[in-house]
Amino acid sequence: MKLFSISRCYVSNNSLKQNSLLINRCFCNKVKENNKIETQWHSVVGLEIHAQISSNSKLFSGSSTEFGNPVNSCVSYFDCATPGTLPALNRKCVEASVITALALSCKVNEISLFDRKHYFYADLPAGYQITQQRQPIAVDGKINFHVFTPGIHKEPYFKSCKLKQIQIEQDSGKTIHDDYLRKNLIDLNRAGNPLMEFVFEPTLNDGEEAAALVKELMLILQRLDTCSCKMAEGALRVDANISINKCNEALGVRTEVKNIGSVRSVAAAIKYEIQRQISIRNSGGVVVNETRDWDECSGKTIFLRGKESYQDYRFMPEPNLPPLHIHTDETSENKYNLIDAVALKNQIPEMPQETRDKLKIEFNISKSLIIVLVNFPELLQLFFYIIKNNGKRSPNIVAKILVYQTLTFIYKNKLDLAYCFTIKDHLCELIDLLQSEKITLLTIDNVLMEILKDQTMFPSQIIERNNWIQINNDDELRKICQDILNKYPRQVKQYKGGKKQIFKYFVRQIKESTNERANMSQVVQILNELLK
Amino acid sequence: MNRILALPMKTVGQMVAAGEIRPGQLADAALKMTVAIKPLNAFVTVTGELLKQQSRDADERQMTKRLLGDLDGIPIAIKDNFCTGEQLTTCASRMLGNFVPSYDATVYRKLKEAGAVLVGKTNLDQFAMGSGTVDSYYGPTKNLWGSSFMQNYSIDGRFHVDDIGRSNGLSGTEDWYIAGGSSGGSAIAVLTGTCYAALGSDTGGSTRNPASHCGLVGLKPTYGLVSRHGLIPLVNSMDVPGILARTVDDAVAILNTIAGPDPFDSTTYKRVYTPIQLPARVDISGLRIGIPKEYRCSGLTNEVESNWMQVGQLLEDAGAHILPVSLPHTEYSIVCYSVLNQCEVASNMSRFDGVEYGFRADEYSTTKELYAKTRSQGFNDVVRSRILTGNYFLLEENYENYFVKAMKVRRLIAQDFDKVWQSGIDLLLTPTMLNTAPNYSDFISQDNQTQCSVQDYCTQPANMAGIPAISIPIKLSNEGLPLSVQLMAPKLCEKTMLAVAKWIEDVVKFPVLVLKDDSLIS
Repeated sequence: MKLFSISRCYVSNNSLKQNSLLINRCFCNKVKENNKIETQWHSVVGLEIHAQISSNSKLFSGSSTEFGNPVNSCVSYFDCATPGTLPALNRKCVEASVITALALSCKVNEISLFDRKHYFYADLPAGYQITQQRQPIAVDGKINFHVFTPGIHKEPYFKSCKLKQIQIEQDSGKTIHDDYLRKNLIDLNRAGNPLMEFVFEPTLNDGEEAAALVKELMLILQRLDTCSCKMAEGALRVDANISINKCNEALGVRTEVKNIGSVRSVAAAIKYEIQRQISIRNSGGVVVNETRDWDECSGKTIFLRGKESYQDYRFMPEPNLPPLHIHTDETSENKYNLIDAVALKNQIPEMPQETRDKLKIEFNISKSLIIVLVNFPELLQLFFYIIKNNGKRSPNIVAKILVYQTLTFIYKNKLDLAYCFTIKDHLCELIDLLQSEKITLLTIDNVLMEILKDQTMFPSQIIERNNWIQINNDDELRKICQDILNKYPRQVKQYKGGKKQIFKYFVRQIKESTNERANMSQVVQILNELLK
Repeated sequence: MNRILALPMKTVGQMVAAGEIRPGQLADAALKMTVAIKPLNAFVTVTGELLKQQSRDADERQMTKRLLGDLDGIPIAIKDNFCTGEQLTTCASRMLGNFVPSYDATVYRKLKEAGAVLVGKTNLDQFAMGSGTVDSYYGPTKNLWGSSFMQNYSIDGRFHVDDIGRSNGLSGTEDWYIAGGSSGGSAIAVLTGTCYAALGSDTGGSTRNPASHCGLVGLKPTYGLVSRHGLIPLVNSMDVPGILARTVDDAVAILNTIAGPDPFDSTTYKRVYTPIQLPARVDISGLRIGIPKEYRCSGLTNEVESNWMQVGQLLEDAGAHILPVSLPHTEYSIVCYSVLNQCEVASNMSRFDGVEYGFRADEYSTTKELYAKTRSQGFNDVVRSRILTGNYFLLEENYENYFVKAMKVRRLIAQDFDKVWQSGIDLLLTPTMLNTAPNYSDFISQDNQTQCSVQDYCTQPANMAGIPAISIPIKLSNEGLPLSVQLMAPKLCEKTMLAVAKWIEDVVKFPVLVLKDDSLIS
C-alpha cells in the first residue's frame, strides 16, 4: 500500500489562509445587515468536536502519533487489527482527558467504560472503533467564552455553553480514493490515535458563536497542552448540527456538517447552512436530516449522505479493557495508584479567562484588545516580554502596536507569528521610539518592512538612515503647515466658509509631504491655530 | 526411546539435565511421530525446520550446561489459534489459511524462553467454534482411542491393547471416535506421545472436553491468570489458554511457565505469579467438596454418573467431606453462552475483511463487494451463522432483550458459584462430559449448536464465572473409552484444585499409553 503524501503542503497554506481571513475581518468595517425575512428565523447550533490528545504514542498501542510520517510507517500490530492483539490503555491519554475535563468544570466519572462501535470501512481495520458510549470519562461541563468578531460585533459579548460529555476514543485511518487507478489507498498512521470527543449542548445561535467556542476551546487545550489544535493536521475536527425554527415552533430538523477545517470555516459553514435551510423553508420546502460536507473552495455545504444510510452501530462493551477507575474523592487516599483527578486539578495552569481578567486589572487595556491578544498566544507572550523588559512602556501602546501593526505586518507578508520572536528586541526599540516621539505611528509599518529585509538593522539605525525621524520641532512644523495652507488657498477659503471637513484634507497633505514623519497631534494643534 | 516418549515431562527434563538424552533426539522422535500419526490429523502445520533449529539450540545449551530449566528441549505443540511468529497460524480456517503473524503470543514466547521446542500447530474447529474438532478447514481430527492406530501402543497397567475397544479403521468410509474439541489436535498430539504437553484454548470447555475424550489432564486456569495476547479470540471475556498434558505435574509445569501478568493483556491479574509447588503427598482429609445436583442432568450416561460417584466415594473414604450443593442457574448457562458467544464472535470476526491480511476474494468492483465475497468464502457455515445471529442480537432494538439479559444471567451463574464458596465449599466435583467420545457419524448428525449445547453443559459454567477447572482421566468405559471427572475451584485457587487432582490421579492410576516399540520413530 503506497500512496502520495499530500498532507504537508496542505497544512501551512491552510493555517495561513485561516488566519489571514481572520485578520481581514479585523480591519474591515462593513457591518452585515440582516434583512427582515431572516430575522423571523431562529437558528440552533450544536457542536461535536474531536481533539487529538497530545501524546507520543497511540491510545492503545505503542506506535508514534507524529504527524507527517511516511505512509503506514506508524502502525503496530494492534493498529492494523492483527488477530490476537489486545488494547492496552495509554495512561497519559487518560490523564490528559481528565485534566481537560476538570478545566471545563466537568464531573469526572469514577468509573468509565469502553465500548465497541461497529461499522465496515476500509480505514477501520478492526471493523469497530473503541469509544465510550455508555459511561464516558466525564460529563456535565461548560465552556464560557466571548463572542467578538471585529466587523461583525461592535462589542464583545459573553456566552456559556454546556458540555454534555467528553469521551475517549480511537481515531480511524485515512482512505484516499485514487480515481485514476480506480483504487482506494489506505494509510493507517492515524488509526488508533487518541481522541477526546466533546459533545456540546445545542444552545448556540449562529456560526460566530460556534467559531468563538471553538477558538476558546483551542486556547484552553493549548494551555493544558492536551491537544495541539492544529486543525490543518486534523488534530481538531469540528462537526456542527444545525437547525432552524420560528419563534413559537419546536426545534427544526437538523443537518450535520462535517469536515470543517478552520475556525473561520466554522463560522462560514454554519452561516451558509443556516442560509440554505432558510431559503428551503422560505420557498416552501422541507429540511431533511442529512450529513453534509463543508467545501472550503466553493464555500458551500455539499450533500454527503442521507438518513436512509442510517447505521446501526451494534454497540457492545469492549471486553478486553477493564472498567477505568479514576481517583476522584478528595477525602480519601489514592491507594491503588489510580489516575488522580484530585492531584491533576492542582496542575491546571492559568486559563485564558484568568489571563483576560489579569490583563484588565493589571494593565487596564480595552476589552477588544485583550480578546485579540489572548486569542494569539504568541502575541500575548510577546506582550509580556516587551512590558517586563522595560517597565516604562505603556501597556496600551504595546498592545495596540502588537494587535494592529504587528499582526497586519505578519499577515500581509505571509509570515508565521513565530517570526515575531526573532525580532522581539526590534519591537521593543520600536515601541520606545514611538513612546519617546522619535517616530510616528505611521512610520512603524515602513520600519518593519526594512527589518524584514535585513534583520541586522535595528529601528534606530533604520530611521536615521532613511531620515524617518519624527518632526517634533514646533517651528519646523509650523512652517510645513503654513506651506500647505499657502499651496491650497481655495480650500482654506472653503474651510473658513464653514466646510470644516476639509480639515482632514490638510492633514493628509501634511502626512504625505513629510513622508508621514510629522508629529500629528502637534500638526492638528498648529493647523487649528493657523486656520483661526 | 518409545518409553521415553511416554514418561512424565519432569522425568524427561531431568534426563536432559543429566545429559542422558539430547533434545535433538527428542525432537527427532517427535518429528517422526508427526508423520506416523498423520491419519489422525492432529496437526495443521508441523513446524519441522523450526523444531530442528530450536532443538539444536537446546543441544548447544545442554552441552555448555546453560539449560534454561525443566522445560528446556521438551517438545510441545500449540493450538493453531495462538500466534507464532513467522509460522502459519490458520485458526483452521480458509480466512487465515495464509496468515503468518510476525509476533509471538505471550504464552508461546514464555515457553520458548523456557527452552521448550515447538513441534507444530494443532488442529481445531474453525476459529475454535465447535466441540469436536470436526469443523476444521483441514478436516477432522480423529481420536486415538478405538482407532486402528492404537495397535501401535501397549498400556502400562491393567489392560492389554487388544482388550480396549473396537479397532476402527481411519479411512473416510469407516466410522471413528471424535477427539473432542475444539482443541482436539492438541489432545491427540499429547496422547500419541508426539509431544509432552500442548496448549489449547478454553472458552466453553474446549480444553477439558478433548482432555476428557482422550484420557488426558485438561486444565483451564482462572480467567486473567494467563495472558491472552496472541490468542485469536473467540469470546474475549471467557477465553483462557488451556493446558493439555498427561499428568497433573506436567500441567503444573506448563502453568508455572505461562502464567503471570502481561502488559499486553489488560485483563491479566497485575500481581506477580507465584509458581505452584504441589506437595509430594497430598492430604485431602477435611476438604469440603461439593457435588452440584444440577449436573445430574438429562443426557448424562449411567457410566459417566457412576464414575463420578465413585470418585466422590474415593475422596470421602480418604477423609474429605462430600456435600450436596446447588448451582440453580446452571441450566441457563448454555443459552446465555450462546448469546454472548455469538455477539462477541460477530464483533471479533469483523476484522477479517481481506484488507490487511489473510484471504482476499478475487473481487475488485467495490470495497463492499470485496468484503462480502471475502467473508462469505473465507468462513464456514458455523462462523457465518454465528456472525449473523450475533449481529442480530446486537441491533439497537434487540440489545436489551438479548445481550443485556444474557449478561444478567451470566452474573447469576457467577453468583451461584460465589454462594457455594461462601458456604465453605473448597472444590466442586462434577463430570467433565455427559458421555464418552461419540462416533463421528453420530456426532455430525446434529448441527454445531446442538453439539455444543450437549458437550459444553458441565464445562461452560466455569468460563462464565472465570474460575479454574480441570478434567482428570479416571478409567476406561466398557467400550474402552476414557471416563473423567472435573474439579472446579474459586478464582486463583489452582493450587488446592491441582493438589486434589493429583491425589485422584495417584489413586485411580489411569492407563498410560506406550508405543510398543521404536518402529515408528527410528
